[in-house]
Amino acid sequence: MSDRPAPLEYNRLWPMRLWLAGVFFFLYSPLITLIAFSFNDSKRNIVWRGFTLDYYRKLFNNDELMLAFANSLTIALVTTILSLVLGALAAIMLWRFRFPLKGVIEGTLSLPIVVPEICMGVAMLLFFSRVVPWPHDLPWPLSLGAIIIAHVSFCFPFVAMVVRARLASFNKEQEEAARDLGASDWQAFRDVLVPHMKPALIAGALLSFTLSLDDFVITFFTSGPNTVTFPVKVYSMVRFSVTPEVNAASTMLIVLTVALMALMMLGQRKSNSS
Amino acid sequence: MALEKQSRAAFWVTVLPPTLWIAVFFLIPLGIVWAYSFGHNEGLTGVAITGTFDNYIRAFDPLYLQIFGKSIAVAGLTTLLCLIIGFPVALAIVFANEKMRPLLLLLVMLPFWTNLLIRTYALIAVLRTEGFANWTLAWFWNQGSTLAALVGLQPFPAYQPLELLYNNFAVVVGLVYVHLPFMVLPLYAALDRLDKSLMEASLDLGAGHLRTLFSIVVPLALPGIVSGVIITFVPALGAYLTPDLLGGTDSQMIANVIERQFKRANDWPFGAALSFLLMYATFAAIALRAYLTRGQPADGHGI
Repeated sequence: MSDRPAPLEYNRLWPMRLWLAGVFFFLYSPLITLIAFSFNDSKRNIVWRGFTLDYYRKLFNNDELMLAFANSLTIALVTTILSLVLGALAAIMLWRFRFPLKGVIEGTLSLPIVVPEICMGVAMLLFFSRVVPWPHDLPWPLSLGAIIIAHVSFCFPFVAMVVRARLASFNKEQEEAARDLGASDWQAFRDVLVPHMKPALIAGALLSFTLSLDDFVITFFTSGPNTVTFPVKVYSMVRFSVTPEVNAASTMLIVLTVALMALMMLGQRKSNSS
Repeated sequence: MALEKQSRAAFWVTVLPPTLWIAVFFLIPLGIVWAYSFGHNEGLTGVAITGTFDNYIRAFDPLYLQIFGKSIAVAGLTTLLCLIIGFPVALAIVFANEKMRPLLLLLVMLPFWTNLLIRTYALIAVLRTEGFANWTLAWFWNQGSTLAALVGLQPFPAYQPLELLYNNFAVVVGLVYVHLPFMVLPLYAALDRLDKSLMEASLDLGAGHLRTLFSIVVPLALPGIVSGVIITFVPALGAYLTPDLLGGTDSQMIANVIERQFKRANDWPFGAALSFLLMYATFAAIALRAYLTRGQPADGHGI
């Protein structure tokens, strides 16, 4: 038998391999150089001069940046909790009940997913400056309220989508059995429905945490001088110049996001195999 | 009946929170933008909503029409490049073996989960005058120069760095970089559903690879291609960060003009009108996708 590729073994053809290599080089080389040069012992950021952790040390001593990071994590955490509750309720509402205007509500719930970010940012700017002015002098976690509200508005529809897909595989007879055995609405919900939704809830939580942590445009329009988030702070640094310190800050965020995604995939694999 | 009452309570507890949230913190803000688009500035901070269409008429001023046209052209070019670059990638994933497929999918998805701002910043470091692209080109230039001197030719003049950043080229590169996964995933979903025996039949009957591609694969995968094109085009059209950071003074897209109305120019009613025009364009594209892909199974990528 010759070792020539079969007709459909496209991946053994060299132009195909070259193309794939080129595309992945295009996708990854900027990110890999960014990470590598956060450890580079030179301000110039182009020639390798030796390994250093100086920029990470500087990063941890940069109070403004650390505050922005704490803000981002707090916002992402609160957003995730609220989005989970609202998203799960929305999914159950669309899956379980029939009621007038259901189609309209269903359509509206998918709107935040498709509306351009800039339009949503502008809407939040108008809302929080002209209609419900969010006081700027509130104590710390409360001052982040406007950003959290804006984030929940675009995160919970994603959670609803994920949870609803999971509910489609729920066997309603299980819940009926629980009722027949004397469970109340609440007990049936807590002991039968929630355990079934669990994988989707975990996926939805990680999704909304990442979405919230990553958001720049909408936050840019809702954040004030005292409520700077990590991406907004990095943006102002990027505008200023390309420095190894920005590389270090970016690397931290990349590592965090990739770790979250890895967790999510592990969780999905587990729930698929069980 | 007690059960009846309990169910009714459960209904309201389920329906009210998400519905109220979406109404108060999404529909009302958008509604205000919509109302503002029919108003005009009054004094320094006031806006009078008078029902005027002036803002929309102003949006059709050649200056803004040109920016709209340019945004559509840039987003269109981005989409086309993503399609050309992404199609072979999707094909490779479909025909990869069981072990490689999840890995390739992950490799496509991973940058997608990296912060947009960081990806854009990474590109700045590559494209700027003293960046890696110019550095590599300069290296080749100098090697060529040395080589030329060795064979007795005149050495090249000193390397002039190319202007790769702060222009339309950089914006298109940045948008392609960011939006490639949007194209590859729907293409992959469509190609995966394809009946491979049809391709084998075409090859057996003597058609070449290219002919098989264009007369068998492309027509059968057309709904997926349409899906990918629109899923890529919509966010590219509304892109703010990429043109803002990578573009020059002449590469503003519609989102940048909107931002300027709300921040520096302080003409909120006009910015509101532009926002709604962008939103109508987005909805039109999504409706077109629904129309063109009707009757197809959902591809499982809700985005």
